[in-house]
Amino acid sequence: MDAVAHAPAAEHGPNLRQRLAARGFDAVTLLVVPAAIFSLLLFVYPFAFGFVLSFEPKGGGDWLANYRRFFSDPFLYKTIANTLWLAIPVTLVNLLLAVPIAFRVRLMRRQRLLTTILVLPITLGTVLVAEGLLNYLGPQGWFNRTLLTFGLISQPLKLVHNYWGVFASLVITGFPFTFLLTLSYVTGIDPALEQAAATLGASAWQRFRHVYLPLLMPGFAITFCLSFVQAFSVFPSAVLLGEPAGVTRVISIAAATAAFEEYDYSMASSIAMIMGFVQLAIVVAVLASRGLFYRGPASGAKG
Amino acid sequence: MIRDTTLGSKLWAAAIWATVGFFVINLFAMIATVVTSSFATRWLGTWLPAGWTTRWYSSAWSEFQLWDVLIVTFQVIGAVVLISGTLGVTAAYALARRDFPGKRLLVLLFLLPLLIPSMTFGIPLATVLYRTGLAGTFWGVVAANLVPTVPFVILVMIPFIEQIDPKIEAAARVFGANTFKLFVYVLLPLLLPGILAALLLVLVRTIAMFELTFLVAGPTSQTLVVALYYAVFAAGVRAVQSIDAMAVIYMVTTLVWLIIALRFVNPTQIVTRAKQQPAH
Repeated sequence: MDAVAHAPAAEHGPNLRQRLAARGFDAVTLLVVPAAIFSLLLFVYPFAFGFVLSFEPKGGGDWLANYRRFFSDPFLYKTIANTLWLAIPVTLVNLLLAVPIAFRVRLMRRQRLLTTILVLPITLGTVLVAEGLLNYLGPQGWFNRTLLTFGLISQPLKLVHNYWGVFASLVITGFPFTFLLTLSYVTGIDPALEQAAATLGASAWQRFRHVYLPLLMPGFAITFCLSFVQAFSVFPSAVLLGEPAGVTRVISIAAATAAFEEYDYSMASSIAMIMGFVQLAIVVAVLASRGLFYRGPASGAKG
Repeated sequence: MIRDTTLGSKLWAAAIWATVGFFVINLFAMIATVVTSSFATRWLGTWLPAGWTTRWYSSAWSEFQLWDVLIVTFQVIGAVVLISGTLGVTAAYALARRDFPGKRLLVLLFLLPLLIPSMTFGIPLATVLYRTGLAGTFWGVVAANLVPTVPFVILVMIPFIEQIDPKIEAAARVFGANTFKLFVYVLLPLLLPGILAALLLVLVRTIAMFELTFLVAGPTSQTLVVALYYAVFAAGVRAVQSIDAMAVIYMVTTLVWLIIALRFVNPTQIVTRAKQQPAH
């Protein structure tokens, strides 16, 4: 096909088909069409539809009524603060734990066992983790029982149906995700750079601070963003392990309530748009600050 | 590799391994709690239950109509795997082999559903599906689950197809193979390991995909994970052990496929989704 497409045209100059093929459009390119149509129908169209719908309030009123209602009702606008108050600390904890561990695991020869164990909570999913933690962290669960046996506490800690239950579930599912992403960035850096620094007498901390950190900053920024958006859209564990009417009433709960309890899809779409906007704002802020750091090759070069 | 031998660095290493150990122990203890509870006759205020029984499995099986739920789950997964495989592999082939204007935009379009959390795009998607009457039906659940899986297959398959030498295809053409024969006798055998890996990952992700299924499923189109959510949500109505028995059934269903998948893929692929994008 290629050979035909690139052959010089006969007498009349290239026809439309040949000209398109020269720009990369031929029968093979058309194979992308079904998936593209599918994506437009089920991803782009619903998003656009939801965006328009959010300006057509169910209960009448002008086009901004939904948004005005969201930002004037504390039960609704506080969900943003609640969600951020969960998502940002969890993401930071996950990242701060993942970085030193990734640096240690990078030296291991048999990483596969550890990575397999860590993939477990991701595959099992948030619902199962919530169900497990409900028993495990409960007042009669093994966690409290162990602490009591060792005399670390005198009465069981309250760890479920509050902020800490959701926090724990987000660490259990979020840490492996953050860790495996971090590990893939850390192992992507040429160890020769560190050896060169060590030869020149840099201590472990100096090697991390002046060699690795600048190279890894862009990767950490992306890891932070991906982990953050996951934590920001927390839903099942906030309902099952948290206090869905109080401190862990996150924005997903507000959206689901609007859609499935009030049947107000217009309001639900508005909340989903606000949710997307907050995520986007944080991601853009983090990625913009990336420009302050080193960008360039992360492999050593001889010469 | 540099090994520090100072006391400080040894303490630091010990602290790191202690943290990893703490995490892993808690993870396994959490899973063990669910399994223990599902076999318990009565478990209140002691380290271990008063006695052991398997009757919760039969009661969970009938109470939650698990047979119907499992059949629906596997039908949904089967449909999702087949459709996302067909759409994803063909699109990945085009994207790997041709360079055309708008390609970057298209790749971005396929990347977005993987980066945006499903709860954010799930609500507008559910709204559209309710308007068209698809929500609550089997095909509505399949359609919603396909939104992240088709791009996932595409992004996993692109690097895989790129590494196959186009000269092999050209040679087959020279010997007179038509497109169908080229696909069946040349491409499919070469791509099979990649397709298998991608589809197994889709399978594992679809079993655990809660949000999208939850948003569009009706009573007869629930998958196992959504049924489990409703059971935990309505805790108090049923015995805890019965819910835990269902959780164990869910865990076994997921883990069997995870073990099969791990024979073909690296665990990190479950997270990093595709060939790492360059960091800048």
